[in-house]
Amino acid sequence: MSKQRVYVPLDSAAVALGADDVVDAILAEAHSRKVEIEIVRNGSRGMHWLEPFVEVEVDGKRLGFGPIEAADVSSMFDADFLNGGTHEKSVGFVDDHPFMADQQRLTFARCGQTDPLSFEDYIANGGVEGARKASGKSQEEIVTEIKTSGLRGRGGAGFPAGIKWDTVQGASGDQKYIVCNADEGDSGTFADRMIMEGDPLLLIEGMVIAGLGVGATKGYIYLRSEYPIAGRILNEAIEVAKANNLLGDDVLGSGKAFELSVFIGAGAYICGEETSLLESLEGKRGLVRAKPPLPALEGLFGKPTLVHNVLSLCAVPWILANGGDAYAQYGQGRSKGTLAFQFAGNIKQGGLFETAFGVKLGDLINKYGGGTRSGRAFKAVQIGGPLGAYLPEAMLELPMDYEVMAQNGAGVGHGGIVVFDDTADLMAQARYAFEFCAEESCGKCTPCRVGAVRGEEVIDKLAAGTNYDENMVLLEDLCELMVDGSLCAMGGMTPIPVTSALKHFPDDFAPRHVREAAE
Amino acid sequence: MLDLDASLGERLGMEKIIEEALSGHVGETGGLITGLRHVQERCGFVPGETVRIAAELFNISQAEVRGVISFYADFRDAKPGQHHVRLCVAEACQSVGARAIEADLQDRFAVKMGETDAAEFITIEPVYCLGLCSCAPAAEVDGKLIARVDGQRIADEVSS
Ligand SMILES: Cc1cc2nc3c(=O)[nH]c(=O)nc-3n(C[C@H](O)[C@H](O)[C@H](O)COP(=O)(O)O)c2cc1C
Ligand code: SF4
Ligand code: FES
Repeated sequence: MSKQRVYVPLDSAAVALGADDVVDAILAEAHSRKVEIEIVRNGSRGMHWLEPFVEVEVDGKRLGFGPIEAADVSSMFDADFLNGGTHEKSVGFVDDHPFMADQQRLTFARCGQTDPLSFEDYIANGGVEGARKASGKSQEEIVTEIKTSGLRGRGGAGFPAGIKWDTVQGASGDQKYIVCNADEGDSGTFADRMIMEGDPLLLIEGMVIAGLGVGATKGYIYLRSEYPIAGRILNEAIEVAKANNLLGDDVLGSGKAFELSVFIGAGAYICGEETSLLESLEGKRGLVRAKPPLPALEGLFGKPTLVHNVLSLCAVPWILANGGDAYAQYGQGRSKGTLAFQFAGNIKQGGLFETAFGVKLGDLINKYGGGTRSGRAFKAVQIGGPLGAYLPEAMLELPMDYEVMAQNGAGVGHGGIVVFDDTADLMAQARYAFEFCAEESCGKCTPCRVGAVRGEEVIDKLAAGTNYDENMVLLEDLCELMVDGSLCAMGGMTPIPVTSALKHFPDDFAPRHVREAAE
Repeated sequence: MLDLDASLGERLGMEKIIEEALSGHVGETGGLITGLRHVQERCGFVPGETVRIAAELFNISQAEVRGVISFYADFRDAKPGQHHVRLCVAEACQSVGARAIEADLQDRFAVKMGETDAAEFITIEPVYCLGLCSCAPAAEVDGKLIARVDGQRIADEVSS
């Protein structure tokens, strides 16, 4: 009989909750009981409230246990968990768990199921199929598939991917590049990290297909330095891909070359903005470039460059394997396909939930997320990162859809959902939006660089009740100026969290002494 | 910065280390940034001499090198304390008490956010998201990630 496999995630969230100690404890216990096991460090399933989440396979189905501490391990062996014995931490068959069963996992289908660095596992679970199909197609045919899918950029702006591919494909240049934006700086987001750690070959395959589609032979993954585990895994996965001909001079026998490397950033939120990212990748300060020229025409080192978010690229293999039409069956309106929603902050069941666009915001938070973690009343949710809107309970009926959200002064962004309970102070959150902008501005334009600092001061005055009415007018003027006079969305969208907080939570903006008197 | 009274020998040793850390990255895409990271990994910070040495090796102006070092939050110009704590202070962590942890740490270790204490025992820096927002609040202590963290856990970690 082959050794029983025990799965313990290598995902950063699992590790930050003690997964490595759990592995040590399992190995020690197995050794002392003379049981032969094999530990597989898989990706996370995305049920982070259950991490470290340990799994075993019984009769071809995966059983889960969590959250596991090293101290639980001995009793798990006593309960014969290896053969499906029940334990107080059992959660039953993983696929039947309501959190998993209701998802539509296209991108994260393999994440958590397989050994992220096993090419065998990858192929056995549908990997490389997309790249194989792409290698038999012309560039135009590949780009058409992407257009048909309706895929829009998952990095935040939601720009149609097909148009960008078309532009890069049609551009002339002796060298073209694929650049993956793995800067994932938005608070409340971790889907890029999870897929890079849990299914890195998927990102590599997506980039290879992009290279075949637009005629690029070189790719870079711009990874934020806050993700060291992802960096290590990506580098190992690149070696695995090379050894299996997914990367190299003759990708899958297509006669086309594609090489890939990882570049680590150095701690700057603005480097997630694509032109700042390109400057940084060239080894310079991350100053935002004026557009035009578009990076698609003049990007890295002035060459045509396809810049995409991790999740945009990770959607590509499925689209090529199953067809653009099949992808477009998911979602609603002009929001096609699925999105990996990320449940963050004060939420009971934090984690990752992939489903088609159109799902209600409130269902994500309450039905799947289980409401607030503190058990207190819900107060606000910020969606779409630090430049996203704060929304009140009354807006939880809204469906997750690019256009619907935009009509309501909000954005889907990168799918981050940050929940706040009734202890939150939305004036403090508005102040923080300015503080963050002041800290992370690239400094190129005055409305952003100086406006953000002024914004903090104005909010301090409002809190103190100094010239309240005048400062309220000043705040509104300042926001308008930042929207109109900023070169990029850092300055241009910082007013969104501020004005949404003001609009939906006006009581929080009363002077401090008034609020204290009211309590 | 290096101590003014550092011996010439030490100084030359440091220069050699910096040169070694940088030289492998000349001509590489984004090589200056990767090189600076290696300098910091070797020295614990980016010593002042790096500016001149990098300018020579990469054939760019010293102002450009200085500009790059100052632009990125990762690069430090002084040695951190014996322990290095990065506490996430971004929104998801705020929603579950990051600000209170910040206050707790400042109290506990008599140090301000962004600074090193007088005894050079600990450096506390803010970080804007560690990608652990589903199990916030989060921190990184001496390179180790910790989720659902609190002040006590950080104190235990640095005293163990
Ligand atoms: C301040 C700022 C920060 C950004 N951060 C990120 C990021 O961390 N990751 C990302 O993919 N896109 C980010 N973007 C969006 C990129 O500029 C760009 O739209 C994206 O990389 C394009 O890829 P996509 O079409 O696949 O979304 C940011 C934009 C701005 C203005
Ligand atoms: S808006 Fe801010 S971050 Fe964007 S280019 Fe201007 S100064 Fe730089
Ligand atoms: S906001 Fe703190 S880890 Fe993401």
